[in-house]
Amino acid sequence: MQEAIIYAAAILGLLGVVFGAALALAAKYLAVWRDPRVEEITGILPNANCGGCGFPGCGGYAEAVVAGKAKPGACAPGGCEVSKKIAAILGIEVEESVRKVAMLRCVGPTKEDRFQYYGLMDCRAANLMALQGGFRSCMYGCLGLGTCAQACPFGAIVMSDKVPVVDVDKCTGCGTCVHACPRRLFSLQRIDRPVLVRCVSPLKGKEALESCERGCITCRKCERTCPAKAISIVNDVAVIDPEKCTVCGKCVEACPRGTIVFVLPRKEDAAAVGAGATGAAEEGR
Amino acid sequence: MRFVQLFINAVFVSNVILAMFLGLCPFMGVSKKSRDALGMSCAVLFVIVMAAAATFTLDWFVLKPLFLASAPDLRVVLHTISFILVIATLVQLVEMALRKYVPPLYKSLGIYLPLITTNCAVLGMALLTVKRYGGSESFAEGILWTLCDAGFSALGFGVAMMLMSGIRERLDLMDVPEPMRGWPIAFVCAGLMAFAFMGFNGLSFGG
Repeated sequence: MQEAIIYAAAILGLLGVVFGAALALAAKYLAVWRDPRVEEITGILPNANCGGCGFPGCGGYAEAVVAGKAKPGACAPGGCEVSKKIAAILGIEVEESVRKVAMLRCVGPTKEDRFQYYGLMDCRAANLMALQGGFRSCMYGCLGLGTCAQACPFGAIVMSDKVPVVDVDKCTGCGTCVHACPRRLFSLQRIDRPVLVRCVSPLKGKEALESCERGCITCRKCERTCPAKAISIVNDVAVIDPEKCTVCGKCVEACPRGTIVFVLPRKEDAAAVGAGATGAAEEGR
Repeated sequence: MRFVQLFINAVFVSNVILAMFLGLCPFMGVSKKSRDALGMSCAVLFVIVMAAAATFTLDWFVLKPLFLASAPDLRVVLHTISFILVIATLVQLVEMALRKYVPPLYKSLGIYLPLITTNCAVLGMALLTVKRYGGSESFAEGILWTLCDAGFSALGFGVAMMLMSGIRERLDLMDVPEPMRGWPIAFVCAGLMAFAFMGFNGLSFGG
């Protein structure tokens, strides 16, 4: 019996040594050279694997950045800080990028539903219904079943009654909701351009009035009012050009339907852009 | 005939997951999407067959001649310890070799390999096959049955994984009551599937 125990200990010890040696040799001869910068960048990235950069996960993006296939500023959740750190590791310059957050281009269903919907409680399913564009009064607007809230990897979208509400502090601008929404109602809004046309409906006049209390009726008042000529009518709905917009707020006042609104609190603007733009916004109110 | 019987037995009657309850972590953890489940199943098939062959060889040539006569109980104890050592090393080596020589395969299976290093289904099958075929007449016969048994069991693992992931993909779209969403309903499904597989008990062909 004693012999057996000695054998057992010897065999296990021997196995351990042999396998250890095998692994050590393998680590040497089977090693694949990986750019250490890839590891480093992967460590910096938020590792939410949201895919907003267009690469499969944070690891994929790190590899692409090191290979020069992607820009250091492409990680939206990481924002400025991460892009600066990445640029520092790669030894290249990066231009300042303004933080973007997702915003819903719809005020939500304001009129009564056209019929009761009993299908899957998912916007993608409800959107498939060919019955003249779904059960809400507007066939272009938010269905309000919360597909975006489920898709958001950061828990930044919460459903309040029928409309998704974006938590600006939690939103990283990764763009997952932009792709999740079957009606493509989300857009990434620059945080220093908080004026948003909350409608995408191409309906005009009477039709628009019938489908929604607050939707754009293509009256062109904002287009005429804007001193910076930043507003144009595309597909019969007002669109603000963020490059030209000065955040003066005149369109918000002019819009007779309340479609154009400030979507972010003003204090945020002050922090994001500094005194100049805040002054302009203040004048507008 | 023994071959067919073995197949039916390993895949359905004593399914690794649903009858023996081995390897439940990947069963719950990686069964959210069919694609992931398929990748995991392939990795498990690969590792189980390889691990069973390696451990059977170790037992046949080292442990059996040393301990069969003197201390058979010690041999059983040593199985557990030495097999986990063999499996862990083997998986590491295979992972390295794959990354070096077959990068495409590494890309599809690689992320699952570290997950199954110490998976209980792998160790369980290694222990079971040694127990079942350790007393075979010749090494060739023993290893043949070991490979078949391990392979079929891994197929059974794959069947259970694919069924579960299919169910869970559909569950995502269902109107499940709020407190039951996610894990609870998945566990209920797993339980019901185990029940269903109990129905295969006693199934035999001529055997």
